[in-house]
Amino acid sequence: MQQFIEQLAQENEFKPTRLLKILRAVQAKYLHIPKEAIEQLASLLSIPRTQIQNVVEFYSFFHSQPRGKYDILISSSITDLMVGQEELINYFSEKLGVEIGEVRADGVVSLNNTSCTGMCDQSLAGLVNGYAITKLTKSRIDEIVENVNKQLPLENWSRDLFDVQDNIIKPDLLLNQKPTHGEAINSTFERGLKETLDEVEKSGLRGRGGAGYTTAWKWKFCSEDEGICDVSAHQQKQRYIVCNADEGEPGTFKDRVLLNSYADSVFEGMTVAAAIVGATQGFIYLRGEYLHLYEKLEGILKARRDANLLGKNILQHGFDFDIEICLGAGAYICGEESALIESLEGKAGIPRNRPPYPVTSGYLGKPTSVNNVETFLAAANIAVHGGEWFANLGTAKSKGTKILSISGDCAKAGIYEYAFGTTIQTILNDCGATDVLGVQVGGPSGTFIANDEFERKIAFEDLATGGSFIVFNNSRNILDIVHNFSHFFAHESCGFCTPCRVGTSLLKKQVDKIVEGHGSAGDIVALEELCQIIKNYSHCGLGQTAANPVLTTLERYPELYQSMLKKISYEPGFDLDKSLETARRMAHRDDAHAHLAQVED
Amino acid sequence: MSKTFVIDGKVIPFEEGQTIIQAATAAGVYIPHLCHNPKFTPHGSCKLCTVKVNGRNCSACTFPAAEGQTVTNITQELNDDREKITQMLFVEGNHFCPSCEKTGNCNLQAVAYHLGMTDNHFPHFFENREVDASHPDVMIDHNRCIFCTLCVRASQQEDGKNVFAISGRGLEKRLVVNSESGLLKDSDLDVNDCAAHICPTGAILIKRTGYKVPIGQRIFDHAHIDTVALAAEGASHDE
Repeated sequence: MQQFIEQLAQENEFKPTRLLKILRAVQAKYLHIPKEAIEQLASLLSIPRTQIQNVVEFYSFFHSQPRGKYDILISSSITDLMVGQEELINYFSEKLGVEIGEVRADGVVSLNNTSCTGMCDQSLAGLVNGYAITKLTKSRIDEIVENVNKQLPLENWSRDLFDVQDNIIKPDLLLNQKPTHGEAINSTFERGLKETLDEVEKSGLRGRGGAGYTTAWKWKFCSEDEGICDVSAHQQKQRYIVCNADEGEPGTFKDRVLLNSYADSVFEGMTVAAAIVGATQGFIYLRGEYLHLYEKLEGILKARRDANLLGKNILQHGFDFDIEICLGAGAYICGEESALIESLEGKAGIPRNRPPYPVTSGYLGKPTSVNNVETFLAAANIAVHGGEWFANLGTAKSKGTKILSISGDCAKAGIYEYAFGTTIQTILNDCGATDVLGVQVGGPSGTFIANDEFERKIAFEDLATGGSFIVFNNSRNILDIVHNFSHFFAHESCGFCTPCRVGTSLLKKQVDKIVEGHGSAGDIVALEELCQIIKNYSHCGLGQTAANPVLTTLERYPELYQSMLKKISYEPGFDLDKSLETARRMAHRDDAHAHLAQVED
Repeated sequence: MSKTFVIDGKVIPFEEGQTIIQAATAAGVYIPHLCHNPKFTPHGSCKLCTVKVNGRNCSACTFPAAEGQTVTNITQELNDDREKITQMLFVEGNHFCPSCEKTGNCNLQAVAYHLGMTDNHFPHFFENREVDASHPDVMIDHNRCIFCTLCVRASQQEDGKNVFAISGRGLEKRLVVNSESGLLKDSDLDVNDCAAHICPTGAILIKRTGYKVPIGQRIFDHAHIDTVALAAEGASHDE
């Protein structure tokens, strides 16, 4: 092992920023991160062992104890639950002979749940040793079990198990464009950098991750205090362009499709941005769940280098830029831009205090512009076609189109592109959704809208969304949805600040209490009060939106929550019988509820 | 003419680069806090120092003061919410003030009194947390750790060491020790280190000193935390 790690560190130039990459390799080979590896890496990379320990414990895909040779994770997003996730994972568990969360005694296989893997249009989905598997049914599970028990190498498994479809159902402005191979770069330099930034500003393009910050302003701030759009001045100071492909919001998968089929345009958008702000280095932070895209993307980057679309003196414009792919390791919080930067630096993804903002102090303290995959795709096309081309579509405040990932109860799940301002009803008609109860727009951190609100519009000024669009029909129970989302946030909270760390766990418990029928009169008030603390006092967007599932449904269906309450005035927050379990075990008793009978006597 | 902003109607002078809490403390205005200590880089995690800056919630320990800001600090709403955040810290760990040797010298307890906290409000987590008593002079009781990172920062920034760190995600978060065994005895912590004395709760304690000062004669037995904090931290700003 010592030699392996030594070599690994060397390949990564002993850079602490490559810690996640190094640990991914260690995890893959040794099925966990051994303590000795931490010690050795601490000295090779000259970082404290506690930094490595923290990274190992922070990311879901690193483990301190060995996982199975085949580590199987099943997505537990709401859309997975809607296709019977619970029954299927239990079936899996039974067939494999391993408990959920455990490693089989022979060490061959381990099984667990994982947060949404970005395959909601082809549920039930999961990961085997990090590689996406889709459309799981009992027969496909049988096939996997057989492969595992035969210890068949992954490359010999049927390719069909790993088949990931794009499912582009309704392309529009952006998705109808062919991938760019230098057109955007040439247009940018022919028009002029300053003029191209003006076009981006004119286009009205706003961040497609959901927050909607004006892209041109972000680039302007990132390149400020030196000659903006002046290639020679730029070379003086290091700046970075980062593509946020940590698409973790449950229900969104459009970036997966964009990177699979439009990667050239995305990379070209990054290159245009780099020319404008004066960056020579770019990163694409790819969520760990999209490992299946890694090699393909590396290939595209190589082809672009060979075509001089990346590298030195790109297309003879006197400008250097290259892109490195960094894989995440299972942490929703890394979609937050400052957490993402921490992760790029080889640390746990904990959002930074702001100010300073990444545009002035980002990666390694240098000005950094972090933009969404779809933003770069739009930017590349705006560079070619101009700002007006884009701004012609959309509303006054939300220009252009939005690419949606549609899943749930509809006939055709997949990728849809709409001009901003399109109504929910139009979208529901297009995707073949009937008997609709409501739609979760923008994922768990977004808004649940009821079926009397379908005239509302997709737009920053009405329903803002990063792209997640989950349809629920009338057979679904709203509280099941809220239950799933509350557990998600408690699992994904980074734990930095009190209101989110403690609050999301309290919220999970409070929702469980009500859903399981233990709620009493004061519990709805307590629930709402807790939501307000989490929302108003949390450090970052995760905490500030973690209560949205409860708040947006409580506002619309108060009677539903009320109906779950017991008629008594107070019910304790803990389960007395469960609390006595340890005492019972120590006394060698197995008579649950015995004490309750005694109380009644 | 120095620049100013306003907290609860009072005009506060500040210098460029100061945070809201730094300027407020220097001007004799107390903003409740736990993870902040003027000697170290601000952390911004406990969220007790949340104030409204021009109507928006901000952590006073990290947010820069700026000309013309209108800050609200002491309002019923903010203090009620600070109380709830303090209660969250109480239910997350295992805090039994009457049997804790830090009682009366504990910032967490003193802040709770200051905010009028009389119960824990939320259901307890009752997490199993360990005690590290391996070091000859210093012990860690993880039951009382609130992840403020003061010991982490003190060790790095004052002692020139790197004894402590916070590891893990979400509720799994815990204080860890930078030694191969993970035990405090194998770290280079010395009993005279600032990091051994900085804990605002009873999570890091000096052995054999617990009751040298009897209950009744302790820091917060006779003074409120606002007075104590302003005296200690205001002075250090003036240096």
